[in-house]
Amino acid sequence: MQPLTNRSKLVVNKKMNFWERIYLPAILKGMWTTLKHFFRKKNTVNYPDEKRPFAPVWRGWHVLKRDEAGRERCTACGLCAVACPAEAITMTAAEREKGEEGLYREEKYAAVYEINMLRCIFCGLCEEACPKEAIFLTDRIVPSDYVRQNFIFGKNLLVEGVEPEKRIDVSMRQKHIQEPKWAVQQ
Amino acid sequence: MSTFFLFDAAMILEKSILVVVLFAITLTVAAYATFGERKIAAFIQDRVGPNRAGPFGLLQPLADGVKFFTKEDFMPNAAERWLYILAPGAFMFVACMTSAVIPWGTQLTLFGKPVDLQVTDLNIGLLYIMGFTSLGVYGIMIGGWASNNKYSLYGAIRASSQMISYELAMGLAIIAVVMLSGTLSLREMAEQQAGINWNIWYQPLGFLIFFTCALAECNRAPFDLAECETELIGGYHTEYSSMKLGFFLFAEYINMFIACAVIATVYFGGYNFPGLDPNWLGGLMGPVVMFAKTFFFIFVFMWIRWTLPRFRYDQLMRLGWKALIPLAILNMLLTGGGVLVFSN
Repeated sequence: MQPLTNRSKLVVNKKMNFWERIYLPAILKGMWTTLKHFFRKKNTVNYPDEKRPFAPVWRGWHVLKRDEAGRERCTACGLCAVACPAEAITMTAAEREKGEEGLYREEKYAAVYEINMLRCIFCGLCEEACPKEAIFLTDRIVPSDYVRQNFIFGKNLLVEGVEPEKRIDVSMRQKHIQEPKWAVQQ
Repeated sequence: MSTFFLFDAAMILEKSILVVVLFAITLTVAAYATFGERKIAAFIQDRVGPNRAGPFGLLQPLADGVKFFTKEDFMPNAAERWLYILAPGAFMFVACMTSAVIPWGTQLTLFGKPVDLQVTDLNIGLLYIMGFTSLGVYGIMIGGWASNNKYSLYGAIRASSQMISYELAMGLAIIAVVMLSGTLSLREMAEQQAGINWNIWYQPLGFLIFFTCALAECNRAPFDLAECETELIGGYHTEYSSMKLGFFLFAEYINMFIACAVIATVYFGGYNFPGLDPNWLGGLMGPVVMFAKTFFFIFVFMWIRWTLPRFRYDQLMRLGWKALIPLAILNMLLTGGGVLVFSN
């Protein structure tokens, strides 16, 4: 039969010779291997102390962005909920009242916006569907919890803060999404 | 009469201090051997090992000890109560006894008085060690039997049969050394190996046999089938918990320490090293060299453990009875012939 790879070996039930029978050369060979590993660079990442950088396209905990003036970008159009294959997103729309122009960018906004993090598969389709650049997935990991109820993230956990230091930077991600490799090469 | 008592009291005090110091060193070394074991295992497997407790994880043995003490001390319902309690203590006691005859150095001058760095120079030192290591079987056997558990009993039977069969080859390997040196006292043996005149050059085969048997005597990999986790859920200490289990595990590390010290003394010149007089630094050079050698062998023991897979029971018995014992007898005959030819 033709071998599938060049690594295949024919199995023979031959008698071991003297050096193979006393095992010592084989043992020494094995110990040499382990000694080499002893001095090798360790693969461990000391996780809480040192963190590996995330890939720019990492899809984690969602953020609802605000614009430069600190107004929520989301207009509760519902396209993200439609796009969501896991049906994790629900929202309730409301009309912007007078005097709320500093809070919401357009006349309609999401009064309730919830993502069930146990349903979410972090595919990023909501981000692709969003016409207002309001929702993005970030490199933050959704923390664990004991209670299922706590995994339904409302606006308090999704909308970024108004203050500059509380803004969540997605510029790397936007760049990556808007300018794919083939676009740059043109 | 009174002078005799005076002399006796001074000697007893000196020896007691030495015993206490030696005991403390033995326990410390055993504690840090557990740490070293985990570190070496980790390094060989490209990991970093315990590094949470203290700098570089150096307080890990302490944390382990606290953990052992605070665990629930469980006793099986049908266990043989007193034997169950006795076994870990007996094992630990026997393990601690053997360090008494090992010469850790020549002499230390303290307060203008020479102090032997050996608790007692028995003229049958080697026999004493062999005797006490054989007694170690009792701790294992009693523990395994008293637990009233099939796995424990299996482990105990395996451990005892293994220790008994490997003691034979070990004794035969030792006889060759005794024929060469003409003494059973470990101090005289160490003195004869001054400089680089070590027994290993005359007894390479004997050393190999002794080393293999020492691995088996300590129940260490690749001969650790008495406590293999996969088959016997820990072997003879399956039913033990809390510090009783700690005693068993700890005593095994003490056994390893002593076995390495004996190997260093009998085959590798003890406190002798070419170019380093054991009397330097007021006699401290001897222990330094001795401990360096012992630690090296402890490292080799661990290195082997994380390299070789475990033997099967029949393979173990075949190696012991059909390979090591005939080889040891051959080694004995060759040594005898050599002594006969070269001494005349």
